Amino acid sequence: MWVHLRIELYKIFRKPRTYLAFAAITALIAVIQIGLFVDGKEYTEFVMADFANSFAVDGKILNGYFICYVILQLLLIHVPLLIALIAADMISGEANMGTLRLLLTKPQSRTAIVTAKFLASVIYTLMLLIWIAILGLFVSMLVFGTDDLFIMKSSYVVIVKESDVFWRYAGAFCFAALAMVTVASLGFFLSFFAENSIGPIVATMSVIIVCTILSTMNIPIFNIIKPYLFTTHMITWKEFFDFKVNDANEAIVGSIQYPEKIIHSSIVLLVHIIGFAGGAILLFRKKDILS
Amino acid sequence: MKLFRLFIVVFLFAFININVSAQEVNTLVMKVKNKLDQVNDYTAEGKMKTDIAFIKAPIGGVKVFYKKPNKFKLQRNGGISVLPKGGVSINIGNMIVTTGFTAIDAGFADIGKVKTRIIKLLPNGDNNDIILSTLYIDEANLLIMKSITSTRENGTYEMEMRYGKFAEYGLPDKVLFSFNAKDYKLPKGITLEFEDVDQATKDKLKGKKGRVEISYSAYEINKGIADSVFK
Amino acid sequence: MSSIVQVNHLTKQFNQFTAVNNLSFSVEKGDVYGFLGQNGAGKSTTIRMMLTLITPTDGQIEIFGYDLYKHRREILQQIGAVIEKPDVYKYLSAYENLLLFARLSGVKPTRQIIMDQLEMVGLADRAKDTVKTFSQGMKQRLGIAIALVHNPSLIMLDEPTNGLDPQGIADIRNLILQLSRDHKKTVIVSSHLLNEIEQIATRILIIDKGHKLVEGTAEELFDSSQTIVQLNTTNNQMAVEKLANSNWKNNLKPMRDGHILIQLDQESIPVLNQFLVDQQIGVLLLQPRHSLEDYFLQITAGKQHVGTFTN
Repeated sequence: MWVHLRIELYKIFRKPRTYLAFAAITALIAVIQIGLFVDGKEYTEFVMADFANSFAVDGKILNGYFICYVILQLLLIHVPLLIALIAADMISGEANMGTLRLLLTKPQSRTAIVTAKFLASVIYTLMLLIWIAILGLFVSMLVFGTDDLFIMKSSYVVIVKESDVFWRYAGAFCFAALAMVTVASLGFFLSFFAENSIGPIVATMSVIIVCTILSTMNIPIFNIIKPYLFTTHMITWKEFFDFKVNDANEAIVGSIQYPEKIIHSSIVLLVHIIGFAGGAILLFRKKDILS
Repeated sequence: MKLFRLFIVVFLFAFININVSAQEVNTLVMKVKNKLDQVNDYTAEGKMKTDIAFIKAPIGGVKVFYKKPNKFKLQRNGGISVLPKGGVSINIGNMIVTTGFTAIDAGFADIGKVKTRIIKLLPNGDNNDIILSTLYIDEANLLIMKSITSTRENGTYEMEMRYGKFAEYGLPDKVLFSFNAKDYKLPKGITLEFEDVDQATKDKLKGKKGRVEISYSAYEINKGIADSVFK
Repeated sequence: MSSIVQVNHLTKQFNQFTAVNNLSFSVEKGDVYGFLGQNGAGKSTTIRMMLTLITPTDGQIEIFGYDLYKHRREILQQIGAVIEKPDVYKYLSAYENLLLFARLSGVKPTRQIIMDQLEMVGLADRAKDTVKTFSQGMKQRLGIAIALVHNPSLIMLDEPTNGLDPQGIADIRNLILQLSRDHKKTVIVSSHLLNEIEQIATRILIIDKGHKLVEGTAEELFDSSQTIVQLNTTNNQMAVEKLANSNWKNNLKPMRDGHILIQLDQESIPVLNQFLVDQQIGVLLLQPRHSLEDYFLQITAGKQHVGTFTN
């Protein structure tokens, strides 16, 4: 299995397409960082326009933690597309290239091959997230400095104490990893059904876009299915940035307002991952290779 | 801080035109004023707690600087603080300056166990942000126990003071600042949230009074402060 | 000689379509076994089933004396294959491709072994170039190097000359002969081109529409003196019985639609007629058809469907 995994990773990281995703993320993050570095004040004034009418907010809002939050908020909607580029290509790309049949005539178990492929796309996904963490969090911390994290939610404002932020990012990135692995599993699963990469990549993106729209729209009929859509749960990483308060409305440092939401969403995502990846592995074992 | 300056100017201006009919009340106000005049400057360390229904904030350390007659600065020890607009001007300088207002005796009231004299101060001009200011003064100790200030732009603020070790200077150990907070709402499109906040939470976040509580610990009085601090 | 490959009643259905129908054959050690049939005859499907790429609907495959599906890994370790186009990872170099597939074949070749292998197929000087810069012929040769890198004893080549120029075809032909002659490898090679198979195969199996047509040595199958005679009599069932108990029994190939086919030399046609008359069987039709070569050319040209033999 280890040999397979190494070979799959080797293949992934020899593909120019792989670096496209890293380059895209670098560019996106740089654009956000430069934008906020130059015009961050205007941005915060815009977002806080209404709030600033009644309140004077004092302190360095535009710090590294805040920048990372903005980056995650924007990026975690687009990164799935980059993940689909690789994950949805894992089986279909080889079928298209014709290497799948050669690969499967080798004395290796299909389960090992397909599991290694899945794990490789998971590792790729995690590496993308680590890259986001390096650029989005650490570089932002370096460039913008750190301070309390000021977050405006739709119905309240949260100020997380500087010393209480970092572990929340660790948690958020772990959760984001789970969400992105779900995307990878979906792409991987869909890649089983096609003999060209475009189909599953577009299909994965479409599924994510449609589900995200359904998750976003506040229409009663969609609200029934919302809890079952994995896209609804993909943004639960934000729950890490909300804490409990005591009766005197004092923040309880190190607490999370709705830990059960995180647990619930994690379970939903895990079930999706197991379903998609397990399905792909099971089907692949019996698949007739006609490509 | 603009607002703060406005306060000061308006108050000082009003002081010259003190109303003769409110002589007794004026004397009291003057006594309090004189007591506070012992303080040329001070710095104080404190803890600030923000208690606004729709703001979740940690307790933060603050440091305040004051210099006669009207220089005041509230500095955080790092971190981000949210204060109601106008609220940053809470200080002995502008609280007591009563120039240009008509002072009216409004009877007595108990603040906690302390009996206080209520004095209403009405600004003489029309172009003031302050519409009405009410002071609750502990006559025995010459301490302002509570003040209610109504403004045109920023609603009504209520301040309660608790005194301790520095009562002789008229400096409070604790200031409780209350105000009517407007409702807060941001579109989910901006915050990128999917789920609705449940009704119970929504209700909890609505129609409550906001409070900011500053507890001062160490005061350093009349040690001299450079003007540059306030810039 | 012992059978390296034994295929019994192999059948593959894709929904309603039967790609391979009750196919049986065996390959002996040292054979260059030619699989001949027009496109869509079921050659590739059969080879893919022998490589576990496709799961048979029915039938058994034994390779090296073991059931393929029960001893898949051990058997595949001894097989090298090129299936249709020699597709490899285009973004990797020839060297990297070879190394990667060697590792997957369970061997850890030294740099020298890989370079020797590339040398053998004439790609040593292009070892470091990415495959996307290669011509079809070079890719095909790399594909063969990949099939051979782990020194397998059985080699399966599915349409190895597809898309190659005449020189490329000749190179592959020579390579197959070399593998068989010098390295004593057993080779199964499929093609839709008769002359290609004819020149290299020691035994040939012709299949059409998933059925086995004939199997034999090239000499046996393409002997120009041999003719297929189509026979129709007043009592075909009796005729078959009588022929099956006669010297003609080995030549007999009864057809499905009731017509009888017999393979024989032209001089024997009157003798056959006399035999049937002697057996009180009225001969309605006794028509010499084509030689096998003509048959095959017709099949591959798609001009005429000759009918199917059952074994």
